[in-house]
Amino acid sequence: MKSIESINKWVGSGSPWVWLSAGMVSLNLVMVFGLLFLISVRGLGHFWPAAIESVELREKDGSTTSLLGNFVEDEIVSAARVRGTGSTVPEDMEFVRRYLIKVGNRDVSGADFVWVNETDITSREIPLDSFMAERDEWGNFYGNLISVKLDGEIIASGATAWGAMQDGIARKTQIRRQIKGIEKDQIGKINYAMERLRLRTKRLELDGVEAGARIDKIAAERLSLEKRYEALNGSLSELYKELGRYSITAATVAGQQVELPVSKIVRAIHPNQMSMFEKIRYYFAKMWEFVSEDPREANTEGGVFPAIFGTVLLVMLMSVFVTPFGVIAAVYLREYAHQGLLTRTIRIAVNNLAGVPSIVYGVFGLGFFVYFLGGNIDQLFFPESLPAPTFGTPGILWSALTLAILTVPVVIVSTEEGLTRIPRAIREGSLALGATKAETLWRTVLPMATPAMMTGLVLSIARAAGEVAPLMMVGVVKLAPSLPMDGNFPFLHVDRKFMHLGFHIYDVGFQSPNVEAARPLVYATAFLLVVLIVALNIAAIRIRNRLRESYKAGDG
Amino acid sequence: MSKIINASSKEIDSIDNSNSPVGNDSDLAVSNTVSLTVSNLNLFYDTKQALNSINMTIPKKMVTAFIGPSGCGKSTLLRCFNRMNDLIDGVRIEGSIFLHDEDIYARDVDVANLRRRIGMVFQKPNPFPKSIYENVAYGLRIQRVNNRRTLDRAVERSLRAAALWDEVKDRLQESALSLSGGQQQRLVIARAIAIEPEVLLLDEPASALDPISTLKIEELIYELKRDYTIVIVTHNMQQATRVSDFAAFMYLGNLIEFDDTKKIFTNPAQKQTEDYITGRYG
Repeated sequence: MKSIESINKWVGSGSPWVWLSAGMVSLNLVMVFGLLFLISVRGLGHFWPAAIESVELREKDGSTTSLLGNFVEDEIVSAARVRGTGSTVPEDMEFVRRYLIKVGNRDVSGADFVWVNETDITSREIPLDSFMAERDEWGNFYGNLISVKLDGEIIASGATAWGAMQDGIARKTQIRRQIKGIEKDQIGKINYAMERLRLRTKRLELDGVEAGARIDKIAAERLSLEKRYEALNGSLSELYKELGRYSITAATVAGQQVELPVSKIVRAIHPNQMSMFEKIRYYFAKMWEFVSEDPREANTEGGVFPAIFGTVLLVMLMSVFVTPFGVIAAVYLREYAHQGLLTRTIRIAVNNLAGVPSIVYGVFGLGFFVYFLGGNIDQLFFPESLPAPTFGTPGILWSALTLAILTVPVVIVSTEEGLTRIPRAIREGSLALGATKAETLWRTVLPMATPAMMTGLVLSIARAAGEVAPLMMVGVVKLAPSLPMDGNFPFLHVDRKFMHLGFHIYDVGFQSPNVEAARPLVYATAFLLVVLIVALNIAAIRIRNRLRESYKAGDG
Repeated sequence: MSKIINASSKEIDSIDNSNSPVGNDSDLAVSNTVSLTVSNLNLFYDTKQALNSINMTIPKKMVTAFIGPSGCGKSTLLRCFNRMNDLIDGVRIEGSIFLHDEDIYARDVDVANLRRRIGMVFQKPNPFPKSIYENVAYGLRIQRVNNRRTLDRAVERSLRAAALWDEVKDRLQESALSLSGGQQQRLVIARAIAIEPEVLLLDEPASALDPISTLKIEELIYELKRDYTIVIVTHNMQQATRVSDFAAFMYLGNLIEFDDTKKIFTNPAQKQTEDYITGRYG
């Protein structure tokens, strides 16, 4: 009896509710931080230079083979399953541990990942001399360096080979940078100019101009561009020739000798000899590469810079569209519209728009923006490039607009809320000084409502940055040839397709030919996307807080 | 007679009342001593009538106080003078109010312009979340006055007139919200007089303030009536006796009595007025 009484008393005191609500909060925190922890550990661990291990395996027929590579993962599977694959497992074992080893050398052995049963391993050691080379194609190479060649002549072997190879790689990186500069910037500019000339000619043709000063001028311009292109092309082939001079000879663990051109090697390390400091430097260099470089090898290597750029630019463009659109609509709904049945209905409809599945907006964007608007813009303003579409094809502008209509309800709702919260006394104070309604709105009410608008913007950024589904229809691509912003007039090319971190995760994770190699990048990209969204949000929240300071409403 | 009345009559004696006396007689009509004339004014909130055929004349450059119990319509009447009631849905007004000889409810009246001529100060101080300077300059900026020197002069003049200059002259660019309640209310008065209205409507301007701030506001009203016609709504009868030259007693939407303040408080004509000022109800 007494215990029931005390339980009743405990319940009556309200502390169970405190415990329950606090428990829910902790559960939420655990889930959020657990998620962040998982993706950060899995993603960020990828860049660490793992030790290269060599393994001796006993084959079914009693012979032995060797493997060289990084241990990536391990799991425990039932012995029966392993026996099913033909391996021998001692009778008394129920479970077998098996390892995933990244052995690389896809060009030599076919697969660059191998599963190995613990029971098959006869020895496992860390060879000091083995090295790993990251290449532009065929994935990593694992093996031992034998010699370095320049123009087919051996210039170093044995102890000096390593240094010679690093010199070769440094030289190659330098030349690559020059080539990229010429190809992307200078030739890119010439191509862009040529394309504009072609379109101008086409335009003149459409207008019925067959000859004359303008056509001659275009021809002259084209000639000078071609001359510049020839010159650049000449220096390019020089550089390419220079690039092909170095090569290395290396042995795989099976003893096979392989000749690798240095021009294809991105970097080479022997992690087993690296000090902690070197490892840390390598780690950050890899991380920097990840956020600053273009992707390689079907997005499974290299960086995600175009995707970061695309995501940020997309969110910014969307903010530029959604803010005025939503604010003006909210001002009308709250300040001017008669607050009757119709306005209430519109308000409910707007709120419900926020619940429409995003893919539906994607379909709408494709139908309305891309085909209808874009198609008509092409007919009216870009007839010279038809049938190749300019705006009548998915692009970053249409993606930004699609996301803008997706998020406009959020901005409308929070702006309306902000407008409602402006004290009546402030409006009356302004009106009593002879301000009209519009002047009151512009000079006092809207500035005071900016924190609320920013709240709406923060929420819409949070939603838009994470959307992928609609983008797949209106502009995102697996690999964009150029960024939507460059040095060619008009600098911001809103008609271009773009890459996006969210889509990149989907693409790398599910569309990649090399799933094992891509998986760590999925985590790393996911982590980056989360970091990016948090950063965008923090930026918006800080702006809002600053505004809130300066527009604190009178009397609180 | 209660003590209050005795005390008040002393106050009234001390007020300079040498201007020509203006009573509630409508035969005064339009003259240069009259600022506002209310003629047969009815006001309805939807179907409920809040003001019943009010007739009165507000004398120029004097302080007229509206007194009466809560809900009697004195604030509503005050807000009729600058058409603030237009902002409330469902308000319907019959009759007319003349500012000099213009009907402010005529169809072609520019309401914003009217409000420049009839300024208003509200019960609670409502400074804008801007600097002190920008608060005072607000009305002028609305009128597209952007000349720095003109604004500087107007701000200083208004703040001096509102007896606030000495307290804020060194921090004009600070937020108006950093001022105390009493200072904020004087700032709001400065803001109202910066655009030089003819009439100043004060809706219980001191009810949210402490006694010292109240005293300052009352002194200010006394100063301001040299230049402006002032209409003040107050709950505080001592305040009415201290600051006003004329007083209107309202009850349930009717104007019961309108006369010289001294007469209202010492020798009211109506029984209802006497009951109210002696504290029998309200």
